[in-house]
Amino acid sequence: MAKIIMIHPDKCTGCKNCVLACSFKKEQRIRPAASRIHVYSWEREGISVPMMCQQCNDAPCVSVCPTGAMNRRFGETLVNYDAAKCIRCRMCVQACPFGNAIYDSVTDSIMKCDTCEGDPACVAACPVHAIEYIEESISTRSRKKAFAQKFKEAFQEVA
Amino acid sequence: MFGWTGTILRVNLTTRKITKEPTDLNDARLFIGARGLATKLLMDEVDPRVDPLSPENKLIFAPGPLSGTMAPSMGRYDVVTKGPLNGTVAASNSGGSFGSEVKFAGYDMIVFEGASETPVYLWIRDDQVELRDASGVWGKNVFDTTDLLRAETDEEAKVACIGPAGEKLVLFASIMNEMHRAAGRSGVGAVMGSKKLKAVVVVGTNPLEVANPEAFEKAVMVARKKIMEHPVGGTGLRAYGTDVLVNILNSVGSLPTRNFHEGYFPTADKLGGEALTEKYLVRPKGCYACVISCGRVVKVTNPKYACETEGPEYETAWGFGADCGIDNMDAVIKANHLCNELGLDTISCATTIACAMDLYEAGILTPQDTGGMAIRFGDAETMVRLVEMIANREGIGDQLALGSYRFAERYGHPEYSMSVKKQEMPAYDPRGVQGIGLHYATSNRGGCHVRGYTISPEVLGVPVKYDQHATEGKPELVITFQNLTAALDSTGSCLFTTFGIGAEELAALLSAVTGVEYSTEDFMKAGDRIWNLERMFNLKAGVTGEFDTLPERLLKNPIPAGPSKGEVSRLDQMLPEYYNLRGWDAEGVPLPEKLQELSLA
Repeated sequence: MAKIIMIHPDKCTGCKNCVLACSFKKEQRIRPAASRIHVYSWEREGISVPMMCQQCNDAPCVSVCPTGAMNRRFGETLVNYDAAKCIRCRMCVQACPFGNAIYDSVTDSIMKCDTCEGDPACVAACPVHAIEYIEESISTRSRKKAFAQKFKEAFQEVA
Repeated sequence: MFGWTGTILRVNLTTRKITKEPTDLNDARLFIGARGLATKLLMDEVDPRVDPLSPENKLIFAPGPLSGTMAPSMGRYDVVTKGPLNGTVAASNSGGSFGSEVKFAGYDMIVFEGASETPVYLWIRDDQVELRDASGVWGKNVFDTTDLLRAETDEEAKVACIGPAGEKLVLFASIMNEMHRAAGRSGVGAVMGSKKLKAVVVVGTNPLEVANPEAFEKAVMVARKKIMEHPVGGTGLRAYGTDVLVNILNSVGSLPTRNFHEGYFPTADKLGGEALTEKYLVRPKGCYACVISCGRVVKVTNPKYACETEGPEYETAWGFGADCGIDNMDAVIKANHLCNELGLDTISCATTIACAMDLYEAGILTPQDTGGMAIRFGDAETMVRLVEMIANREGIGDQLALGSYRFAERYGHPEYSMSVKKQEMPAYDPRGVQGIGLHYATSNRGGCHVRGYTISPEVLGVPVKYDQHATEGKPELVITFQNLTAALDSTGSCLFTTFGIGAEELAALLSAVTGVEYSTEDFMKAGDRIWNLERMFNLKAGVTGEFDTLPERLLKNPIPAGPSKGEVSRLDQMLPEYYNLRGWDAEGVPLPEKLQELSLA
């Protein structure tokens, strides 16, 4: 079964432990710009949203890549980035509708989530489980069920 | 460079000259960073007798060597200056991301000296630093200032600023970062206002190198696990916030009530963390790198006090609540919101209002003095109104802006001020908890709980339970907590990490990050050194041992009812031993050999 990284902004406290863990895993130092996950916070409303590569099925970054550096191996969920094939044209940066492929001038490479080869550091670092690495079907089921619960409560109130 | 960035940014607001200079690494090793290192600089450069609101005073923003790293819950910074409320060295620390951003911009400290003639703000993007005109935001509240300055600079910039209270030199004005995080105590916001410095706006993008990545990762995992598995650090604070303490302190009869007349408030549960979670909480919030998430995003729907905001902390809920004889949580949250918006310290603001209520009920403060306003215990509406009047220095608020001591003194009764060294005491009755009374009396910034939080052992039983009513063993306990906290604050850590870890884990993190080996003993000794340095500053400022005392009410009037009925503070049984164990003389002056031992001579 395919696993995906699922975000829950309702649980996110905005602490950025995910950002720190990602940058540390990649570079053994702290450089938030090197993180493949970023958290945006709205201070007035007290809401934070983590953002990272969605590993799109029909991925624009893969479609526009002229060299096959952005690619998907057969049968995998992950969009793979091969730095050796990359010519740094940044077409993927422009194509990603979420802004989740970023060109980093320090390392001269594209930064995007690779799920740490199936053991994402951001997920391990999140103290409140606002980011989870779970089976795709389970993630959608739990979301659907959470919404169904609201229906259930509304009906119970009416009854 | 590891842990420390190696650079101090100096901004002269009189000449507008901006310079960068190297951090003294010998000082950094001895005083760690943040509170410790900035106090060393203040001591070296500022005459302790200086008028705190004069251009000769300096204002230092200082993160610690662990700030910005992924050390858990350790992203804080200190604002160090001479405090206008208490006349002592002031170090107020705050969370959020601001301190870490200063590190990413490349600075161990930002030192402001002199004063500007017109309102300015400092805009930092890594090594590009400029003073800009702030006349467009002068007079604006904290939230609007934050938004407007981000629009002028960078939408992701971190902003620390003052509100109208700081501009108008309210003696307990705060500095607010990211809207809701406060460097609250001792009036650091008034110092900023006196310099006409409205804000510091930062974007930092530099990496922070770690001396020993492997040891660092290991130390982080150990500390994280211990904090997250602790019932207070890992569970209690996230579920209920610091406000969980209301019912705990009330249950042991040490919740100061009606300006410390009593120690028990019968309807306290309406103000507690349980009620806050049930009725108001939207979600918990965490500071930078935090694994605890004690922050509260809350919503009040009652139209009279409606707001979407953060808080309140325990001390705030207690201050605007029990200490004012109020159990209306809607009003308490609104008062807290106004303090954040206008830039006021909630503890001193609330307790100064409580003092005014006390004076009014005693007939000392009359309607002639208040412009016809009745200021009575339990009157939530008046309490909320007074918060705004203080920030805007309007009517009686202009006098209350001086803090409870100066206010009560003006009416001939300073004994009505529940303060130590003119700074108001927080939410733990020293009659019911003996050790905290000794800490209040000896704290280097006057009435303050966060520099020797003996409530942990005396009430919560963390790490071990001490009898709250006993005086035996308390001097030693207080000293240990004061030294530990001085060192901990100086790393950039949050005090709440001590619900889980201690000196050993902090020393391991500090060693791994900086590459300087700190043993547990070195770490505690650094704390002792910082404490004594602050003491020396205060002695030179004229705040001598005679001020190491508590208000008469707490020494003579027993708690009238509740679980701690009949208790008074027995400070006199603890203070001489405290001085002795500290290596100080009978007047509370550090002995030459003590200073020698700490490399302070």
